[in-house]
Amino acid sequence: MSDLDIVIGKPWRKPSFIKRPWLRWALIVGFVAYLIAAYLTVEVNWSRVYEGLERGKKFVLAFTSPDFTTRSTDIYEGMVESIIMTIASSVVGIAISIPIALGAARNIAPLPVYLICRSIIAVSRALQEIIVAILLVAIFGFGPLAGFLTLSFATIGFLSKLLAEDIESMDKVQAEAIKASGAKWTQWINYGVQPQVMPRLIGLSIYRLDINFRESAILGLVGAGGIGATLNTAFDRYEYDTAAAILLIIILIVMALEYLSGVIRARVQ
Amino acid sequence: MLRLEKLVKTYKTGDQALKAVDLVVPEGQVLALIGPSGAGKSTLIRCINRLVEPSSGKVYLGDVELTGLSSGNLRRERRRMGMIFQEYALVERLSVMENVLSGRLGYVGFWRSFLRRFPQSDVDEAFRLLDRVGLAHMADKRADELSGGQRQRVGICRALIQNPALLLVDEPTASLDPKTSRQIMRLICELCKERGLAAIINIHDVALAQMFVQRVIGLRFGAVEFDGPPEGLTPEVLTTIYGEEDWEATIEAVDEDDIEAAE
Repeated sequence: MSDLDIVIGKPWRKPSFIKRPWLRWALIVGFVAYLIAAYLTVEVNWSRVYEGLERGKKFVLAFTSPDFTTRSTDIYEGMVESIIMTIASSVVGIAISIPIALGAARNIAPLPVYLICRSIIAVSRALQEIIVAILLVAIFGFGPLAGFLTLSFATIGFLSKLLAEDIESMDKVQAEAIKASGAKWTQWINYGVQPQVMPRLIGLSIYRLDINFRESAILGLVGAGGIGATLNTAFDRYEYDTAAAILLIIILIVMALEYLSGVIRARVQ
Repeated sequence: MLRLEKLVKTYKTGDQALKAVDLVVPEGQVLALIGPSGAGKSTLIRCINRLVEPSSGKVYLGDVELTGLSSGNLRRERRRMGMIFQEYALVERLSVMENVLSGRLGYVGFWRSFLRRFPQSDVDEAFRLLDRVGLAHMADKRADELSGGQRQRVGICRALIQNPALLLVDEPTASLDPKTSRQIMRLICELCKERGLAAIINIHDVALAQMFVQRVIGLRFGAVEFDGPPEGLTPEVLTTIYGEEDWEATIEAVDEDDIEAAE
C-alpha cells in the first residue's frame, strides 16, 4: 500500500499550532479562568455610578447647547496658543527626527551611531508626555514653553522610530544603483533613500501634527499651556457648556487635519 | 584594461561565491558571463566596483588597483564603471531625467545635485542619450510610469552618462519579453561599439549571449569553466557549466535567431 492510499478518503485538518493536546487545553482553560478571576477583582460602587450618571447626563446634554460666547476670549487665546505650540513643536521635532532616523536605520548607519540613535528614541518613547510635561513645567514654569518642549521631545521618539523602520525596509537595489555611480554619502541619501521614504515621512509628519494638537489639549491639565488650561478651568467651574464648546472645536480641527492629510497623502504617493 | 587576479569572495555564511577567479578584459571587448543561478555571476561584477567587498585577490582597472582604495578614491573610480541592473533599479519616485542625471553624481557637488542644478553640459548629454534610446519625450515622466523595456533604456542612459570606460551589466534582460530582451542587448552592444567600451554582461539566456558577444565566460560554483568565443559553446561545454541536459534545442534556436537577426 503506497503513502497516497493511506491519506486518500481521510479528512484533512490544519495542524494545531500547539501540538500536544493537554498543553493546548491547559493553556485555553487557564486563560479563561484567569480572565474570570481578573474581572471579579474589579470593584464597582453601583450607588456612586448612579449618582455619577446624573453628572454624566448633564455633561452630554451640554453638547446640545455649547457656550462659545461667555468665555470666548479665553477660548480664542487658548486655541491660538495650542496651535502655535503644535506647529512649532512639530517643525522642531521633525527637523531633529530626520537625522536621528537616518542614524537609527541599521542598513545605512554604522553600529555605534545606530546604538546611540536607538537609545535616544528609546528614552523619548519610554517617557510619557504627561510625565515629561510635569518635569518641564517644574523647570520652566507654567506656560506654553514647557508644552512646546514636551511635544518636540515626544515627536522625536515617534517619528524617528517609524521613519527608521521605513528606511530599513526600502528597496536596497535602487540605493545601490546610486552608490554605483560614485555618489557621495549625502548625495546617496538625497537620491537613493529620500525619494523612497518621502511619502511615509510626509504621512507621518501630518499624523504627528494631528497627535501634537490633541496632546496640546491634554498638556494644559498639568500647566503646560494651550487650550487644555482653558478646558481644565471650565471643568473645575462645572461649566460644561463651555467645556463642550472647546471639545467641539478640538474635534473640528482634528477632523480638518484628518481631511487635509488624506488630500496631501493622495498627492505624494 | 580590467584585470582580476585570484579574486575570492567568501560570504559570512561560509559560502564561497568566487574561488580565485583570474580574468583579463581588453579595451573595448564585450563579454558575456553565463552560468547557473548561484554560480557567482552577480558577486563577480559587484566585486569589481566593490558594491560587494571581495575577501581577497586584486582588481585592476587600467593601472589603478580598486581593491585597496579608500572610500573617497573608490568613489572617483566608480565613476569610470557604469552599472546596469537586473530589474532596472531606477529610483522609482524620481523622474526619468533625475534618474539619468544621477549618473553624474560622482562629478557634481552636493548642493548642485540637491537643488537639481546640473551643469548645462550634463543636461545636454542627458537629452542626447535619451534621444539616442528614443525616450527624449519621456524626460519629465516618473520612472515608475515606464514599461520594463523603457526603464532599462533609462538605466542604460544613467550608466553611460557617467562617461565610463567599463560597463558592468547584471542580467539586463531578466524580466523582459524575448523581443525587448534582444532590443536591449542590441542597444547595449551597439553603444559599447560606438563608444569603445568594454562590458561584462551577466546573462541567463545562453542563446541571447551567443547572438551578441565576442567572448563568453562560463562560471560554475565560483570558478571559470569556459572561456572562449560563442561558437565554442558545444553541448559538452554547456554540460560542464550547467550539468546534464539536452542542449541541441538551445543551440538550434541560436541558428534561427541568427537568421532572423540578419534579416
